[in-house]
Amino acid sequence: MEKYIIEMINITKKFPGIIANDNITLRLKKGEIHALLGENGAGKSTLMSVLFGLYQPDGGEIRKNGKVVKINNPNDANDLGIGMVHQHFKLVEIFTVLENIILGVEPNKMGFLQRKVAREKVIELSEKYGLRVDPDALIEDISVGMQQRVEILKMLYRDNEILIFDEPTAVLTPQEIKELLQIMKGFAKEGKSILFITHKLNEIMEVADRCTVLRKGKCIGTVDVKDTTKEELSRMMVGRDISFSVDKKEPKVGDVVLSVRNLSVASKLHKNKDAVKNVSFDVRAGEIVCLAGIEGNGQTEFVYALTGLDKPKSGSITLCGKDITKASIRDRSIAGMSHIPEDRHKHGLVLDYKLEENLVLQRYWQPEFQKAGFIKFDAVREYAEKLIDKFDIRSSQGPVTMTRSMSGGNQQKAIIARETDKEHKLLVAVQPTRGLDVGAIEYVHKQLVAIRDSGKAVLLVSLELDEVMDVSDRILVMYEGEIVGELDPKTTTVEELGLYMSGAKRDTVKEINDAGKK
Amino acid sequence: MQEKNSTIKKNKYDLKSIKDAIGFSSFTSALMAIFLGLIVGFIVMLAAKPSSALAGFQNVVFGGFGRIGDVFYYATPILMTGLAVGFAFKMGLFNIGASGQYTMGMFFALYVGFMWDLPSSIHWIVAVLAGMIGGMLWGFVPGFFKAVLNVNEVITSIMFNYIGMYLVDMWIQASPVMYVSNKTRTKYLPADVQIPSLGIPGSNVNLGIILAILIAIVLYIVLQKTTFGYELKATGLNKHASEYAGMKGKRNIILTMVIAGGLSGLGGAFAILAPSGIAGSSMTYEPINIIAANGFNGMAVALLGNSHPIGIIFSAIFISHIQRGGTLASLVGYKPEIIDVVIAVIIYFSAFAMIMNTAVANFFKKRFGKNHDDNTALEVQSTESNIKQASDNNIREAE
Repeated sequence: MEKYIIEMINITKKFPGIIANDNITLRLKKGEIHALLGENGAGKSTLMSVLFGLYQPDGGEIRKNGKVVKINNPNDANDLGIGMVHQHFKLVEIFTVLENIILGVEPNKMGFLQRKVAREKVIELSEKYGLRVDPDALIEDISVGMQQRVEILKMLYRDNEILIFDEPTAVLTPQEIKELLQIMKGFAKEGKSILFITHKLNEIMEVADRCTVLRKGKCIGTVDVKDTTKEELSRMMVGRDISFSVDKKEPKVGDVVLSVRNLSVASKLHKNKDAVKNVSFDVRAGEIVCLAGIEGNGQTEFVYALTGLDKPKSGSITLCGKDITKASIRDRSIAGMSHIPEDRHKHGLVLDYKLEENLVLQRYWQPEFQKAGFIKFDAVREYAEKLIDKFDIRSSQGPVTMTRSMSGGNQQKAIIARETDKEHKLLVAVQPTRGLDVGAIEYVHKQLVAIRDSGKAVLLVSLELDEVMDVSDRILVMYEGEIVGELDPKTTTVEELGLYMSGAKRDTVKEINDAGKK
Repeated sequence: MQEKNSTIKKNKYDLKSIKDAIGFSSFTSALMAIFLGLIVGFIVMLAAKPSSALAGFQNVVFGGFGRIGDVFYYATPILMTGLAVGFAFKMGLFNIGASGQYTMGMFFALYVGFMWDLPSSIHWIVAVLAGMIGGMLWGFVPGFFKAVLNVNEVITSIMFNYIGMYLVDMWIQASPVMYVSNKTRTKYLPADVQIPSLGIPGSNVNLGIILAILIAIVLYIVLQKTTFGYELKATGLNKHASEYAGMKGKRNIILTMVIAGGLSGLGGAFAILAPSGIAGSSMTYEPINIIAANGFNGMAVALLGNSHPIGIIFSAIFISHIQRGGTLASLVGYKPEIIDVVIAVIIYFSAFAMIMNTAVANFFKKRFGKNHDDNTALEVQSTESNIKQASDNNIREAE
């Protein structure tokens, strides 16, 4: 019998109306990289939360080295040597790297912090595993990749031997991803055991030894990665064949819809610095222009200025020949701008509103839905039902479902339905597939292409390289607030794109403008 | 996933819709809070004077029934200030300034009552409206500062409680027409400014309570049926999403605070213009540098009523009811303050009544099997998320 370090046996966890984990068994061998694959809402996060002590299972047991253990909270998990890098990092922004790593397990002598002891251990660990960090830098000043290394060091500092990585590659560049995967392999060689949660099949094929696939709360199976293929894994995950590439016709490019000239936006984090520097480009009808870049290179600030959530410092924005630089958000919307926001919970939805109320969030004031200030609830209901039908938005109670209770994919569908059904000429879609599963991503991409084919302009802001390459007709790369390159997805490679995104390669502004004129 | 469970869900659907329809869960949690508050109140009474605890407690709980008129009379101002706090809270604004707005409303009403010579048929109506305008002014300022300069409305409205109170005291003391200096109170108002009594003997209950209930119903309609209510609630639930949807946040903040101020001001007017049981006299205001307690009681009313206009009607009447009962408890040797303790405990429990609700539900679930499994779990989740959301908001505010 093989030796397992962690066994989760017949784990069942129920939530209202949903069995999140139905009798799932997961066995982790010592020294292996075990991938956990599944669509959003398949129960991966729930299962890991059970292992990490955030949820108590309704049934089943967890064993470590064959002995049954009870994990009541993350501290118990830590005592058992289980560490986790969360998808959204749990770091104190205004603390240094060192302070974050030792937070909660500070070495001390009679209550006095022994910074020197801590520093030595951190530096030793960071050298041993090739995790380059500056112990004295503040978290808010360092890159996302380095923040992730800090999270990994946190686990190592606590001598964890079971490491859970929750979608660690989502925020990294191709080069950083390669580096991370190497580091993970190094850990496995050291005898540490790794649970690797991901949607990305390529990464599983590259590093994982075995892979457990979940679908709709059920365990579909555990396979040896070397005996399987990407296609087989995706079929297990989704339950049907998925096309990985996006089918689209040649673009029929029309007139300029959006024109941005010399736009600069002040930075909120750093005084006297601009988050967006002198950005100029056009988006024409019938094309998808993708603004690519690593997170935190000014895309968010640019979109805020473009959509009116924030004020630009200088420059101008023209939509269909109308200057909207200083227009209100409502006026931009009327002028033909639709916006799928980056953060669907913060901006996109009022989570404690019903689905139907969210579906009219951009239109409730139009005569169709109100009369003398009174909302026409019948019209709202009818419209909501139409959208739910048309966009296949699934929820437990239809129009009256509380939006908070819906799955992420269906929440995103609701936003897409709302933004694309409204009169618009330009769609600004910011990371529209963030956190969605393969099936939903396929859906969103089809929608984007359909919008393009209906003669509308699409500005897609994305961090996902595959998405950038597959969906867009033109790529603009943003690095440190500047547009450093314009690429054609048909002729460029992922590697070249990665070089632009990491700032290793850049074209001068003049070249870009020339390219734009052609 | 959902389709698969639809058959199981069918029978729960009805129960769920009932719960949604009347705000069932907040209603039961309010009852729960009241129940626990009364028990703790009883324990306090037992500790203070064991011999008469039972009699005193009976007075607290049932005493109000013998004085229904007074219950409604004292409910009127706290119903209005409760609406003022609750309405602003729906937008995510914490209107601590209800006291100042209330006092301002009182003064404006007094001013019209004493200084303006109007036909007696409309004199009291004009005075009530003047009170509303006074409150609106005092609500406008914190709203304006919040909207334009992003000054926290809690701070401004607290300060405006003091500014309002001292200003009113100063103005009244300076006016020989209004003030009787040797009695440190205002003069008696002429009878035509007093709000018509409802004619229940032995009580000052007047038209004010009916107006207040009507106003609460109007607010309910505004919140539920209008685009303004839709915007207001959206802003209260998610400020960022309302901004994203192009709602005029600044305008709405000012408007909400003006309305809230107006509601408090009406409360002040209703209180000071109430008819007196003794012919030739009236309610009076004493400029003795004390912030009006009715403003703060309004916060308790709003909390217990879950900021829901209809809930606030009932919570105002309930709090007035046990306050009346509390004064009766003094007949058996208790200080009337004991009732403030009980009210405080009720409010305290209502703050985490949602959690209590869940705990009880879980208890029943364990005893009676898996019958209500899904519903209770849903509540757990929503409570958790509410708490989380609340703490998130606090963090954001703190930033």
